[in-house]
Amino acid sequence: MSEHDEPSVVDGNAVAGLLSEVFAGDPTMFVGTCRGCGAVAVFAEAVVEMDDDAAIVRCRSCTHTLFTVLRDGHSVRLVIGALREVHPG
Amino acid sequence: MIAGDWRPARVARASAATPSARVLRLEVSGWPGSAAGQHIDVRLTAEDGYQAVRSYSLASYGDATEVEIAVDEVPDGEVSPYLVRDVQPGDELEVKGPLGGYFVWHPQDAGPVQLIAGGSGVVPLVAIARAATDAGAAASFRLLYSVRRSEDAIYRDELTSGAEDGGVRVTWAYTRAAPPGWEGSVGRVDDALLRASVWPVEQNPLVYVCGPTGFVEHVADALVELGHSPGRIRTERFGGAS
Repeated sequence: MSEHDEPSVVDGNAVAGLLSEVFAGDPTMFVGTCRGCGAVAVFAEAVVEMDDDAAIVRCRSCTHTLFTVLRDGHSVRLVIGALREVHPG
Repeated sequence: MIAGDWRPARVARASAATPSARVLRLEVSGWPGSAAGQHIDVRLTAEDGYQAVRSYSLASYGDATEVEIAVDEVPDGEVSPYLVRDVQPGDELEVKGPLGGYFVWHPQDAGPVQLIAGGSGVVPLVAIARAATDAGAAASFRLLYSVRRSEDAIYRDELTSGAEDGGVRVTWAYTRAAPPGWEGSVGRVDDALLRASVWPVEQNPLVYVCGPTGFVEHVADALVELGHSPGRIRTERFGGAS
């Protein structure tokens, strides 16, 4: 599906594996609300900029960064940005 | 399933699919099965401990412990040249999955269903086409498959023979060069082709679009312009050149 040697613009489907290290269940079906514009969408539809170190997950409506997933050695860190709320789909 | 688990996998078979792509079948320890359209993350570990992770859609679905991916080589890539040129049956790697519940088809989903692929974006749509065919639902499925040239089409033979044998109907689009005898146009998928090949708006098809980011955005926008409901369009983008 993806070959992100260079930062590559994909979508939320591509962070399913990474997010499974933070959340139980299928995180790509989580529904998030953007603090920037109020848009409500499943993570799978978000814009994702991805490379080997991080995935920046942005609102497709207003491009605010909802959250960033950082690969931190063998662990993963989630840094919350404009994500106002989230609920399982 | 335990979230975040990596499973050992062994390459069972590797076969050339196009001049730049290879189909790999992986025997995955403890594989729980997958729905049509899901993907896996593949992790490679070098002798010095360096690891690289990439996502690949599954062309297989169901409960078999052997899964199938198709890898198209990205020039200067870090992982795909290894998987396309070097990896051999018996080699070991790790996989995580199945992943993703969004770009998935379930037999109970209301049809008709339109599949639209750009390049190697066909892989998850092949899984869906196989599932539809096995479920006896192929008549309500159509596939529009855009490739540079005929020889670049992964799963070309399977899709062509399937279409001739009661499987999913396929419309081909060539963006660089058409095969001999082709009477259609050559170029980017446009509104005229979408109108001619996609289930009509009035039938409210469920549409799956997968390919390079630029291709997916162009096609999804054009479908909405043509009157298709955004809520019926599911998309998966894998980056790369459009």
